[in-house]
Amino acid sequence: MQKIILTLAAAVAIGPAPAVRAHSFLDHANPAVGSSVATAPAAVTLWFTQDLEPAFSNVTVTNEAGQRVDLGNARLPPGSPAELQIGLKPLPRGTYLVSWHVVSVDTHPTEGTFTFEVGRG
Amino acid sequence: MLRPSPFCLQLPLRVAHGWAGERFFPATILTDDPFVADEISLPQVSLQPPAPDASHLTNIEIDLSKRITPSTGIVIGDEWQRLRAPGVPSVGGLGALRTMGQYQLFIDGPHQALGLLGLNVTWGHTERAAVSAPNVATLSPTFDFGKGFGDIPRSLTFLRPFAITGNLGFDFPTQATTAGVPNPNNFSYGFAFEYSFPYLECCVKDVGLRAPFNQLIPLVEVAFTTPISRAPANQTTGTIQPGIIWAGQYFQIGAEAIIPANRGTGHGYGGVVQLHFYLDDIFPRSIGRPISEWW
Repeated sequence: MQKIILTLAAAVAIGPAPAVRAHSFLDHANPAVGSSVATAPAAVTLWFTQDLEPAFSNVTVTNEAGQRVDLGNARLPPGSPAELQIGLKPLPRGTYLVSWHVVSVDTHPTEGTFTFEVGRG
Repeated sequence: MLRPSPFCLQLPLRVAHGWAGERFFPATILTDDPFVADEISLPQVSLQPPAPDASHLTNIEIDLSKRITPSTGIVIGDEWQRLRAPGVPSVGGLGALRTMGQYQLFIDGPHQALGLLGLNVTWGHTERAAVSAPNVATLSPTFDFGKGFGDIPRSLTFLRPFAITGNLGFDFPTQATTAGVPNPNNFSYGFAFEYSFPYLECCVKDVGLRAPFNQLIPLVEVAFTTPISRAPANQTTGTIQPGIIWAGQYFQIGAEAIIPANRGTGHGYGGVVQLHFYLDDIFPRSIGRPISEWW
């Protein structure tokens, strides 16, 4: 036990903790994860649990044929460092796949995918 | 123009504890984790079910996991034990020191799969209490694995949050007997069956769970040990442990009931609680990094 405590104490002493940040989890999205919406959204917006590194965070949206239907303009809205947004082309009825890959400001990467449906709600 | 922060330019991007693609695997309590990590269980407290001889064992355990390189790591653990038996004074003290060398065999993100090779060593002559295994060193090679089911067809909506992790290993004591009592070689195996609410919410369907409920992972762990030499094979012992883990940004809390799997293991029930910290998230610029990245 004493060895463990000494090891931990030595490890903690190596360096002070910076501002505490960690992996970004997807908190919620619009359209919601797995949802069906009656009308096509103009954009997909993702809210995360941690601030993001904009240069290493991206999102794409594809249709059932695997073709991109987003506008390629993923961005973090000013003043919202934990929010990732991308515009969409006009979407016909169908199922769409949102794929995101983000890096939190302490360099921890996370990724995920989900679908939403248009016109089937 | 999107620009990375100065901090992000200083460090390589890192994959840390328990991730395979979009799947997060929590640190389980009974079974070993199939990933190298920078984590510490501080503490894990368990009250074991009464043994067949009606004795009660209480453990207070600490485990430290540390990555040496991004794909190799070590685990160091020990425990304080107290044994109460009918008709005799209770005894207590340190258990045997445990160490483990680990190699991350693979991480398959798209298939949410992990594989890890490990060599556990339970060191002899390091325990002070006459409450645990024979006082000899034991070598235990293991294969640990994890598999999330997020890659099954999306039409199977509510099955996709399931995941399983497991351990397969052998125990080889370095002495065949201790004071005339045989030290058997064992086959050890265990599994954790998990249902991830975080995965359900992020990647399957937003059913409206919000904190803290969207961070819960109900699970059932089972682990068994079967002698393969120097003891009858029917002396299999094991426990079944249903419980729940809450996984936050920097730590997780878990609690499980301990149910003996057979009469040879014990009777009644016990319980275990664990507080577990993610050092790579708490100290991302120092001890939370692999040692090979400290310079």
